[in-house]
Amino acid sequence: MSAVKKFMFVNRKAPYGTIYALESLEVVLITAAFDQDVSLVFLDDGVYQLKKGQQTKGIEIKNFSPTFRALEGYDVEKLYVEKESMDARGLTAEDLLVDVTMLSSTEMGALMNEQDVVLSF
Amino acid sequence: MLHIINKSPLSSNTLESCLRVAEPGDILLTEDAVYAATSGNAFEVKLRAAMGRFKIYVLQPDLEARGFATKLIEGVSPVDHGGFVDLTISNSACQSWL
Repeated sequence: MSAVKKFMFVNRKAPYGTIYALESLEVVLITAAFDQDVSLVFLDDGVYQLKKGQQTKGIEIKNFSPTFRALEGYDVEKLYVEKESMDARGLTAEDLLVDVTMLSSTEMGALMNEQDVVLSF
Repeated sequence: MLHIINKSPLSSNTLESCLRVAEPGDILLTEDAVYAATSGNAFEVKLRAAMGRFKIYVLQPDLEARGFATKLIEGVSPVDHGGFVDLTISNSACQSWL
């Protein structure tokens, strides 16, 4: 078995308006199955994916937000949001449905720079 | 005219262009555009400034799906799918901005 690589998933799209957010989550789960070092990053409108209280009955689309709370079970425990993105949307850690680490843009850039593979959604 | 916007104001300039160009009338925010009508969003000031010239509506099921049912900016009117249809009837024309 080859060495474990550091994978980062960069999520910059809001949920439901496009399919990117759901597709990212699918690939994250696949990557986790291969015992890789996985980090999830939420930037720009991507932070909306983690908003509490999503009720999708009225748009007849599956609410996939509870899956973020199940990631722990797949040993995906590194979730990061950019503080600047949160501030621009009036969001705080209490608005999110899962525990995350809040990073500044500079800290986010440093974390990105440590990765072996970066996948953008 | 009814202007229909479906893109987030922080990832696209669609709503901004609409506000710049359009004559006073109705604007319906759907899909990711509903974020423009949520309190604390960086676009809030621009939306409030536009409320004198435009009547702003938001599609409630899209707001609920995104978890913002309780953070709608005051003065924006929520409508359901039936209300969406009513707006297309009460206006002589509709423009869906892409």
